[in-house]
Amino acid sequence: MPLDDGSNASFYATRTKVYPRSVAGPYRRLKWALLVLLLGIYYTVPWIRWDRGLGMPDQAVLLDLPGRRAYFFWIEIWPQEVYYLSGLLILGAVGLFLATSLLGRVWCGYACPQTAWTDLFMWIERLVEGDRTQRMRLDRQPISAAKAIRKAVKHAAWIAISAATGGAWVFYFVDAPTELRAIITGAASVEVYFFIGLFTASTYLLAGWAREQVCTYMCPWPRFQAAMLDAHSLVVTYRGWRGEPRGKHKQGHGWEGRGDCVDCQACIAVCPTGIDIRDGQQLECIGCGLCIDACDDIMRKVGRPSKLIAFDTLANLEAAATARSARFRVIRPRTAIYAGLLLAVGTIMALGLALRSSVELTVLRDRSPLFVPLADGAIRNGYTVKVLNKAREAEAYALAIDGLKGARLAVIGDGEVEADGATALLEVRPDAVGTFRVMVRAERGALAGESTPILFRVQGAAAQASHSTVFLGPKP
Amino acid sequence: MPTKIEKDAVTGQNTTGHEWDGIKELNTPLPTWWVYLLYATIAWSIGLFVIYPSFPGITGYLPGVVGYSARQELADKMKVEKEVRAPFLDRVRNGSLEDIRRTPDLLGYAVAGGRVAFAENCAGCHQSGGAGAKGYPSLADDEWLWGGKLADIQKTIQVGIRSMHPDTRTSLMPRFGTDGILDRRQLDDVTEFVLSLSTKPVDPAAVERGRRLYAENCASCHGEQGAGMREFGAPSLTDKVWLFGGDKPSILRSIAEGRAGVMPAWGERLDPAIVKMLTLYVHTLGGGE
Repeated sequence: MPLDDGSNASFYATRTKVYPRSVAGPYRRLKWALLVLLLGIYYTVPWIRWDRGLGMPDQAVLLDLPGRRAYFFWIEIWPQEVYYLSGLLILGAVGLFLATSLLGRVWCGYACPQTAWTDLFMWIERLVEGDRTQRMRLDRQPISAAKAIRKAVKHAAWIAISAATGGAWVFYFVDAPTELRAIITGAASVEVYFFIGLFTASTYLLAGWAREQVCTYMCPWPRFQAAMLDAHSLVVTYRGWRGEPRGKHKQGHGWEGRGDCVDCQACIAVCPTGIDIRDGQQLECIGCGLCIDACDDIMRKVGRPSKLIAFDTLANLEAAATARSARFRVIRPRTAIYAGLLLAVGTIMALGLALRSSVELTVLRDRSPLFVPLADGAIRNGYTVKVLNKAREAEAYALAIDGLKGARLAVIGDGEVEADGATALLEVRPDAVGTFRVMVRAERGALAGESTPILFRVQGAAAQASHSTVFLGPKP
Repeated sequence: MPTKIEKDAVTGQNTTGHEWDGIKELNTPLPTWWVYLLYATIAWSIGLFVIYPSFPGITGYLPGVVGYSARQELADKMKVEKEVRAPFLDRVRNGSLEDIRRTPDLLGYAVAGGRVAFAENCAGCHQSGGAGAKGYPSLADDEWLWGGKLADIQKTIQVGIRSMHPDTRTSLMPRFGTDGILDRRQLDDVTEFVLSLSTKPVDPAAVERGRRLYAENCASCHGEQGAGMREFGAPSLTDKVWLFGGDKPSILRSIAEGRAGVMPAWGERLDPAIVKMLTLYVHTLGGGE
């Protein structure tokens, strides 16, 4: 049986294009301010310079993938320290949870890149094609020279912004001034052009064409944000107890026996996702508050109190309907947990950064042979010792072992390494990893059974590090 | 199945019109462009079928219009890799072992290459990392039958031990028991003496009897004090390393039946540069002299 047997219902919906009207008000101003700030950060950060000395990149924020280093102002991260990135992502996620449980979907409405670029693209659309009604009229008109020019100008501007977006993305991974010259002269690598093209195309498609559909169909966040919200979170709400019953209002008529909502549909006209906030909380609402600005404007004109639509909690909404009021509770179990988590992760990361040593030690035990009985009856174990010198100067580290009486060290394969038995001097180039084969020899009597825990230590001029491992021997 | 589209009272949405045991599903239509994406992926896959090798046949396959082959890609990559490595390999081939050992980057290359060649050719007997096994000497300890200097190791790898190579390292441990050179009692006495060289004697009287037998039969190769002699690949009998076991029955058996381990001559099979890399790798295992 075919799925659409006998039915005229379609399982596919054509998109109803949204033509958001321009609006003015405090939330719109806040949205503009954040847009300028966030996009400003995105486009300009790769151009900030930071002197790190000769031969080092002078870009403040740089993810040097071929060089295996990440630079963030005074911080330099090695691939081994990718947990700082994990920490940042955890901070970001918990921060998002906290903001959502307090203020609803403010991320979606104000800070999400999808929102910011869509807003920018809509602003250009408005400049070129006019406001809501003019745009709707233009789209209904048959194609003409004037329409074609307007559309072409709009798309050209969109593509220009998209290309700048894609270009700025690449600058986070390469030296910005050098690469810009290379991109313009055609000397940049295929990968660079590919990624610029990729991000140009995705910006153009997502901010120009897909818009609110990204939020409703593609983004997972609207689907599970409800888990962070409760009755005490601030969300964009229509105060139905005040507004209903709604209806057109003629000047001079009274307000008795009816609600404040004059059913002007201004809130729908300005909504970037094209929904009616009066239907209550819905998945498509990104919590941007533009409907609040629009409604307040109308309420002022008809002489009714403002904030018929407002950032409010559902608890207060319910209480107000019965003429009470509910306190806005900032401290709730979930906000306390999120804030605590944020503080804990932030503290751990700050401590980790502050206590970060300029040297790191890794010791890999030989897997075969596990141990070597020597001619005189002593036991030898082989280790691969890696010393990470994160400093800018070459350094000689003294390697020693704790936990094994009379242990003697020998460094194999590099004739220039000095080993006097108890300690070995390991020379490591600046900003590099030194790898050494170290043989440890001990008398059978010094071993505490088959496996003896030992500690490798390196001591540099200013920094030290240690690594615990074991020394293996035969069954006693 | 009847199809009856209804308006749901709660949501105001239409149902799909199907009913399963009283359960009706709301129709939440998919955006049309989403379906176009599906069609686009189908078109894309057809493109892949045309461009790349696809359908298998009886005698071959549809090669695709660009003539791509994973085998060829591998061959090309190997060729590039060979070219990249050629200068290193030349330096290994032409340099002396000592020079290579003193050049860190070259040593690193040689040891890395030697590790791979060892795993392919040597680890079957000598075990991974040269750990050794009964009858197959450990290459990581400080006891060497034929010498642990770079040149010694290189020669052993090249000509082998008791191999088919004309210059092979060779020596013969006589079968003192099997061939009737010593009788059962004498074998026991010599064994007691050999044990006394490295551990406490079990039977002082037997050791004294064995001492004379040792001087007559064994000392020419293993030395007066049992220190061994590398010219003959005769192991030291005084240390704690025993290739075929250091307990009394094992030593007795070695004396009675003789031992003659065999190692192939790798100089005939491997590139001289690979032999050099193997030499350097074995030398860094811990026992290099």
